[in-house]
Amino acid sequence: MPKTTAVLRALALVGAVAGTLGLATGAHAAGESETPPNQDWSWEGPFGTYDRAAAQRGFLVYKQVCASCHSMDLLDYRHLTGIGFSEAEVSALASGFLVIDGPDENGDMFRRPAVPSDGFINPYENDQMARLANNGSLPPDLSVITKARAYGADYLYALLTGYEDPPEGVEMRAGMHYNRYFSGGQIAMPSMIIEGGGGVVEYLDGTEPTLAQQAWDVTTFMMWAAEPHMERRKEMGVMVLVFLAVFAVLMWLVKRRVWSDAH
Amino acid sequence: MAHASPPPAFKNPMVRWIDSRLPVFTMMQKEYGVFPMPRNANYFWNFGAIAMVMLMVMIVTGIFLSMHYTPHVDYAFGSVERIMRDVNYGWLMRYVHMNGASFFFIAVYIHIFRGLYYGSYKAPREILWMLGVVILLLMMATAFMGYVLPWGQMSFWGVTVITNLFSAIPLVGDSVVTWLWGGFAVENPTLNRFFSLHYLLPFVIVGVVFLHVAALHVTGSNNPTGIDPKGPQDTLPFHPYFTIKDTFGLVVFLFVYLAVVFFAPNFMGHADNYIPAEPLVTPAHIVPEWYFLPFYAMLRAVTFDFLFIEAKLGGVIVMFASVFILFVLPWLDTSRVRSARFRPIYKWFFWILFVNVLILGQVGALAADDPFEVFGVSFGFISATAVGQICTLYYFFHFLVLLPLLGKFETPLPLPQSIHESVLPKSARGGGPMPAGATAKPMGKA
Repeated sequence: MPKTTAVLRALALVGAVAGTLGLATGAHAAGESETPPNQDWSWEGPFGTYDRAAAQRGFLVYKQVCASCHSMDLLDYRHLTGIGFSEAEVSALASGFLVIDGPDENGDMFRRPAVPSDGFINPYENDQMARLANNGSLPPDLSVITKARAYGADYLYALLTGYEDPPEGVEMRAGMHYNRYFSGGQIAMPSMIIEGGGGVVEYLDGTEPTLAQQAWDVTTFMMWAAEPHMERRKEMGVMVLVFLAVFAVLMWLVKRRVWSDAH
Repeated sequence: MAHASPPPAFKNPMVRWIDSRLPVFTMMQKEYGVFPMPRNANYFWNFGAIAMVMLMVMIVTGIFLSMHYTPHVDYAFGSVERIMRDVNYGWLMRYVHMNGASFFFIAVYIHIFRGLYYGSYKAPREILWMLGVVILLLMMATAFMGYVLPWGQMSFWGVTVITNLFSAIPLVGDSVVTWLWGGFAVENPTLNRFFSLHYLLPFVIVGVVFLHVAALHVTGSNNPTGIDPKGPQDTLPFHPYFTIKDTFGLVVFLFVYLAVVFFAPNFMGHADNYIPAEPLVTPAHIVPEWYFLPFYAMLRAVTFDFLFIEAKLGGVIVMFASVFILFVLPWLDTSRVRSARFRPIYKWFFWILFVNVLILGQVGALAADDPFEVFGVSFGFISATAVGQICTLYYFFHFLVLLPLLGKFETPLPLPQSIHESVLPKSARGGGPMPAGATAKPMGKA
């Protein structure tokens, strides 16, 4: 039945062409929030590592600014050796925080200076208190924040540096702040990072604490916090892939050899 | 099809002693040593073995993960993060497992489309194929339950949306949902039972895979020509020819898989699943993992009541039907020619179906009222749902109308006389089996 065959073939062709045409036309849709610009981070690429100095400065920004509202429940002070602090430095850092421990032999809870094995302290005792202090909004835990948002570190940096006056015609809800990188454009968190540090953030290594610099540093710290084993992972990955590539070539040669008598 | 060979004489006396009491060595020799494979099986025939390896990888990493995981709504998210941070090489186990699910599906989807292209589901391989569909269903259930375990936002809302589908069942729907949840909402009992079943089902898969392989070893493998081997000149022993070919293919597959594990481990995941589950906050856009997207698109394609069937129930029926239709595929395809190589029209429709499924996947990733969009190009004139409806319709049209008709109206190309005739150079043909060590040049086929 060659005639029917030809008809069916023509039908199939029409389908394929229509499909291709459909893919080739159309216009861009307007997004709800702006796509954050792509930044060059030190950890990108197969050999990327965390900029230790930036991460340490970023920890300072977190401690002085973010930590007043945001928890980082998944981190312990001991983890900070991962960004280049020595164990003695971590002990000293931890002892600056008071944690609740107990109960003691009298059945009472008590406060004591933190030790490296303690978790990062939480600014609020519970979520309700956090909401009460923040105009009804709950400041999210920051432990994995760069992995918990689309565009990760780029988003966080864009958000921290993206505060501006609302464009005309945008009606702001009470207590909200305009940020075009935030979904919906209105964010409860004000711009907390102060240009120049404002005496709150003082960098010891002489780096100028501009708003952008602080945002950059704290984003580096957050990326490390979300993915503390990234450097080890990439190191191992390079070894594994090199091994597999060599192994694949060997297997291909063996395969050719084995099959040479079969053709 | 299997050519009788004399029982192997094992040199090692210990092996002989065991084999005469429990003939495992004889069995291995028969099924993986001398087992005749069509000599022209190309690299698409690697994916069964690759899928098997992925299943083992998933089970081994999963066992280690379960040693540190806590299936409780208050601790699940934190325990997964503890694995990532504080368990030695926990990050490796978790990323290998998490991406392993994706690559297991990649291997299995290639395996399935290979079967569709070369007609591997046709007689006498119907049961082999149907067992494969059972494995696919079990994999889907296992993957779905596994995705719930980290108890992130997508975990929670994914399980909420999918279990709620069962409420569409007439009369008993709500009771079924309560029974599935173990309560009146997605709560701790739900997480507990999903963990339990997620640990159980992989071993059920192992069992069905065993049957799948057993059935395969009765009929033997299909091949790119789709014609049966007619004698030893058409086949090669599994070892060493296909053990080495599978090994090479597996290593290449592992390279891609581990490149993702080590350098882009969250590429295929959704950022929202790093937010702990919060029953009071619904994500803006709930999407399943990528491997479910085409089915999710078909589920959402039914937006209207049909006769006495409500839209929701209709969607559920369509989604399940999209997989269950594969069970009857061997009888829907009326063509007696297996391979698309010799089916000039089916070959086209195969690729249209393939593209159709890709588009369905894209639709599944979009919000229902969005305009259809692909590669960042948006189509203002048609909604994602409308595209999903057209593609869903086409999906069933392919299986229910095209395949039965094609077999009747398509004129297949002439089939080659035999496999070896189709693969060997002209000069080497007609001489029966090739002598071992023949000097013919490799053809660089496949």
